Amino acid sequence: MSRPDPFRWISIVPVNLWLWLWVLVPTLMVLVVSFATRDPAELIAWEFTLDNYARLADPLYLQVFLHSLWLAALTAALCLLLGFPFAWWLARLRPGPRALALFLVVIPFWTNSLIRTYAIKLILSKEGLINTLLRSIGIIDAPLDLLYSPFAVVFGLVYILFPFMVLPLYSNLEKLDHSLLEAARDLGAGRWQVLRQIVIPLTMPGIVAGTLIVFLPATCMFYISDLLGGAKNLLLGNVVRNQFLSSMDWPFGSAISITLILLMGLMLLAYFQASKRINRAGGIHDTTL
Amino acid sequence: MTQHFNQPRRFSLPFNVTRLAKWLLVGTVFLYLYVPIVVLVVNGFNAHKYGTQWRGFTLKWFEKLWQNDNLMDAAAHSLIVAMSAASLATVLGALGAIALYRYDFRGKRFMGGLVFVEMMTPDIVLAIAFLLIFMALGISLGFWSLLLAHTSFCLPFTLITVYSRLNNFDHAVLDAARDLGASEWTAMRKILIPMSAPALMAGWLLSFTLSLDDVIVSSFVSGPGYEILPIRVFSLIKVGVSPEVNVLATLMLVLSLTLVLLSQWLLKRK
Repeated sequence: MSRPDPFRWISIVPVNLWLWLWVLVPTLMVLVVSFATRDPAELIAWEFTLDNYARLADPLYLQVFLHSLWLAALTAALCLLLGFPFAWWLARLRPGPRALALFLVVIPFWTNSLIRTYAIKLILSKEGLINTLLRSIGIIDAPLDLLYSPFAVVFGLVYILFPFMVLPLYSNLEKLDHSLLEAARDLGAGRWQVLRQIVIPLTMPGIVAGTLIVFLPATCMFYISDLLGGAKNLLLGNVVRNQFLSSMDWPFGSAISITLILLMGLMLLAYFQASKRINRAGGIHDTTL
Repeated sequence: MTQHFNQPRRFSLPFNVTRLAKWLLVGTVFLYLYVPIVVLVVNGFNAHKYGTQWRGFTLKWFEKLWQNDNLMDAAAHSLIVAMSAASLATVLGALGAIALYRYDFRGKRFMGGLVFVEMMTPDIVLAIAFLLIFMALGISLGFWSLLLAHTSFCLPFTLITVYSRLNNFDHAVLDAARDLGASEWTAMRKILIPMSAPALMAGWLLSFTLSLDDVIVSSFVSGPGYEILPIRVFSLIKVGVSPEVNVLATLMLVLSLTLVLLSQWLLKRK
């Protein structure tokens, strides 16, 4: 048992060092910088302040933040609304067609998201597919201004993030015990009742996980809002990028990022609560994340 | 498995009460997912520069892309960064997965937590964290900063891919090998590594794709001296329409399709 095991050392130390040096320490640096003061010459002056967090409440920024959170929430809601019935459909397909359908959902996810955002820009443009189609059917006379609107940003975000909602939902729905639904129906429950009282509670971990992995990136994917949203539809990601790469206010940018991490913490908490409740109730087990 | 397909009564929820609603939904989803991709591919071969109408088949955009030195250089840089970062992340991820699977050590739970949190952290937060540490250590923005950053954000994915594969093994095989006198190293070489080979490949491919796909982190940690494809493409398409990008999209689509097929095939092989 006491054989020397050089592999133990090799497998534990390098990866831990890597994680500490390139993940833990840098994240702590973001936290520290978020309490520092901006310095025009040196970027950061080491004077403790809470101003960066106070500025989050500045009406100018608050408006941008709320708009960004609203766009992200709308994206998550639409992904869920479209993704839940879709994942239900997937989970109930026969194994052969199901593998094919899953494969088709995953392909876009493997395709470059920047280039796909550009495709959305082409489609929504004045001479793009949607306008051409609507005009040829005669629904509209003049092309619609679809681009550079909140609609375009949400359209692009849903497009890029949709697979991230479907996959966790699917993995929950697939494990759903259909005898439970049958029992409920036999006991006289209506369809809505089955959905509300059995299906949704049992798939809550998938719903929360999907919402989490859609909502958070949706607040940050600045290239989507840059390409589709114009100046009025900024995401938090745009604000952080501008603080770091143009206005050179690193402490403020860090404070926004820390706020994002706190938001992530809250959502993770919700996720663990949801899976704990399910596991206690002896339902499906958590393998989504 | 197949049990609930043969049940006499099937439950349908209110949203697919009618077949029409179901197919409308499925059709919408697939159109939504695929029309943009088809538009890109078609425009890659469309003689019309702005792609608003079909003006005949052409390969001239391929030629233009080939002659665009900036884009070709950036593509080469991207491939180099993606391949190096994917390889490094796979090695580190495999080691980390073995550490979590095989050994008990202080800080094991913490390490697992760190990997999980890193995976969930929004890219933009990772991006500024990388930028801060590179500035603090005096690492200039270019190949090395990209390699370190990309390897770091791929690491959780390779680690988890390999770990879940290891977790599905029969632990008894390893114990048997050790009882028969195999050293830890031999067990590793003859059993763990071959058994996790499909996960290693799948993790590598996933990392390669994530690296090529990344705009957010790269915007922060790349420098003008070492431009990579997403950054170059981003500045091109921000300005306007560029047919070369359509062609590039077609090529990348073919590349990623090949990779997905490869990874699906590898993961299915038991």
